[in-house]
Amino acid sequence: MAASAVVRRLSSAPLRDHRLLRPFSSTGSESTITVETSVPFTGHKINPPSRSVETTPVELLSFFRDMSLMRRMEIAADSLYKSKLIRGFCHLYDGQESIAIGLEAAITKKDAIITAYRDHCICLGRGGTLVESFAELMGRRAGCSKGKGGSMHFYKKESGFFGGHGIVGAQVPLGCGLAFAQKYLKEGTVSFALYGDGAANQGQLFEALNISALWDLPAILVCENNHYGMGTAEWRSSKSPAYYKRGDYVPGLKVDGMDVLAVKQASKFAKEYALKNGPIILEMDTYRYHGHSMSDPGSTYRTRDEISGVRQERDPIERIRKLLLSHEIATVSDLKDIEKEVRREVEEAIAQAKENLMPDPSELFTNVYVKGFGVESFGADRKEVKAILP
Amino acid sequence: MIHQNILLLLLPSHHIAFGAQAKVSPFSPCQANHRLVAFFPHRLRSSLSRPIALASFDSEILQEGLNRVLPAGSVLPKKYSTSAKEITVREALNSALDEEMSADPKVFLMGEEVGEYQGAYKISKGLLEKYGPERVLDTPITEAGFAGIGVGAAYYGLRPIVEFMTFNFSMQAIDHIINSAAKSNYMSAGQISVPIVFRGPNGAAAGVGAQHSQCFGAWYAHVPGLKVLTPYSSEDARGLLKAAIRDPDPVVFLENELLYGESFPVSAEALDSSFCLPIGKAKIEREGKDVTITAFSKMVGYALQAADVLSTEGISAEVINLRSIRPLDRATINASVRKTNRLITVEEGFPQHGVGAEICMSVVEESFEYLDAPVERIAGADVPMPYAANLERMAVPQVDDIVRAAKRACYRAVPLAAAA
Repeated sequence: MAASAVVRRLSSAPLRDHRLLRPFSSTGSESTITVETSVPFTGHKINPPSRSVETTPVELLSFFRDMSLMRRMEIAADSLYKSKLIRGFCHLYDGQESIAIGLEAAITKKDAIITAYRDHCICLGRGGTLVESFAELMGRRAGCSKGKGGSMHFYKKESGFFGGHGIVGAQVPLGCGLAFAQKYLKEGTVSFALYGDGAANQGQLFEALNISALWDLPAILVCENNHYGMGTAEWRSSKSPAYYKRGDYVPGLKVDGMDVLAVKQASKFAKEYALKNGPIILEMDTYRYHGHSMSDPGSTYRTRDEISGVRQERDPIERIRKLLLSHEIATVSDLKDIEKEVRREVEEAIAQAKENLMPDPSELFTNVYVKGFGVESFGADRKEVKAILP
Repeated sequence: MIHQNILLLLLPSHHIAFGAQAKVSPFSPCQANHRLVAFFPHRLRSSLSRPIALASFDSEILQEGLNRVLPAGSVLPKKYSTSAKEITVREALNSALDEEMSADPKVFLMGEEVGEYQGAYKISKGLLEKYGPERVLDTPITEAGFAGIGVGAAYYGLRPIVEFMTFNFSMQAIDHIINSAAKSNYMSAGQISVPIVFRGPNGAAAGVGAQHSQCFGAWYAHVPGLKVLTPYSSEDARGLLKAAIRDPDPVVFLENELLYGESFPVSAEALDSSFCLPIGKAKIEREGKDVTITAFSKMVGYALQAADVLSTEGISAEVINLRSIRPLDRATINASVRKTNRLITVEEGFPQHGVGAEICMSVVEESFEYLDAPVERIAGADVPMPYAANLERMAVPQVDDIVRAAKRACYRAVPLAAAA
């Protein structure tokens, strides 16, 4: 991807407000670096792309910053949940940031993404702001869904993010529907439907995949295999945990999901494939450090050694840090500064979100319909609380 | 009432009709230099004292006649006749689908057998040929999959019509109807609207047994965010389906297989391609003053028959065709009950937690003092639908049941049946 394009995205997206602290002379920002992915891709009924990925220093720095921002956001959400400012469900994505970022690096905002409930970072990647995210988590009116959705229902339709869904597996047919519409309208774009290893066994996924293959829809199914469906390890839930092969007649690719460059390469490859040939499955081998949700400690079904092992060997942010240091794109203190800046940004956003008000009581009755025809709606005691739906 | 039967030939220049002679502007019918030819059916000739001629035409009759043929604001109808034209519900639905697909390229139809088979009940006949396989899509037998794909397409901005071969199969896709479609506009605070129509036959057919006979009106009408429509006549079918397709919210459109072949008279206005019925408004099919009977879908026909029977016994029943069970037209129902003071609710579905229960409660809340008798409820039997014809007859409301309930509400003594 051209460095200039990356720089343009860097400056326009609210997520990326980075300014280099000092110019670096060793590598100009225009120069391309070729990096090998951690492992080669494995294909099912398809020739996998090369494991050599082109990138630039600017892009690598943006990866580092953006993933650090996502990491910090999720950790902050953990504390907010524990201090009871976030209620209900809260499913955290830390460990999986490379999927959100790698995907964004390969596509445009005209492409569509839909995912399940582990959606905070995907929304951020699609252009959601920190304030919008924290406000939504805390149920405030500045939230991306005006406080009416909550953690599992973030949306950003104008930049191609269609949610945020609470029902495991439902997002896959919906994603294939988005692809259907893109094909119907001849837009030349694709849809990514993200789901987990737990959802991979859902019948409706295969129903939608069958139709997508029959009708050659530009749908890309991305299995974020973090190896645990809530508390059930993949070997206990799936007879065949080779999710990239489950499409049978639909080709698949197995990707190291914790290598952001591998994700980028695979996503780019998948987009080109889907536009010409129809659906393809990407299995991202990834890991979540938190439990399934905030009510799950995440340590009853896996060992702490496993978790810390992955953190040491495969952490996506650390991988990029090593790359940046080894290619002398930034120094240790540069990167520490970025992290400090990111932390500050997150804290500011939380402060702003905390001050934001809860939705007005009248919002209980808004958006039930687009067109309500003046129909009545009722509160718990309908003689007390009634509203007209506009 | 001559004006109801006059065939007025109002001729835009490009139309040719019986014995027409000149152009007439509909809004200035009596200009002396225009000639109007009025064509009377033979049965009315005897009631006329003189033939209608040119400028001596009585403008009042003509104006009334025009008002019937051209309701304010509508387009000049292309065809109209003395006896109202009759079309079947099937033709009504087919023409509605055709017109809406023609008007908006974002509308498409998807379901099992809707394309090459011409529709399991021939509702989508001819549409594949006319609009092509990109807009009329035969799906595999995977309701969860294709309903989800339909909802996803609606998220993106298309206007899908998803057909279920019967609504019994919609249960396989009900998560998408409710969680993916109905609630999305609310959860996203207006970002994601879902302009989708789920349609298909609902309720009992004949002899199809327990798994193919359930009425889902109460289930879907339970959910905020959905609109649930239940047409009865051909006019209902046309007007409500067109309204549903144009509506920006998810609509569940409950048809009835046994009504597909029934013919109903339709007005010229209803045949016009811009015709639309309002969602959320019931229709008073028959006015009365002694008892109100509410019904929807096929039961409207039964209620009308019951009203005929009741009128021979001196009870004047007002029959309300609900047309829309979500939103429910509480205003019309309550106004009627305040007039008649007695209410029978009729539905084909299971009685517990049914549509009638909601109507009864609405009336108790808003018009309690007006009730002179307890609200009566006629519904399907509280059992899965049996196959044997005699048992099936007992499992579905019959005209007798409605008559008996009306009489009870009017305190006409009816001996209680011994418990079965």
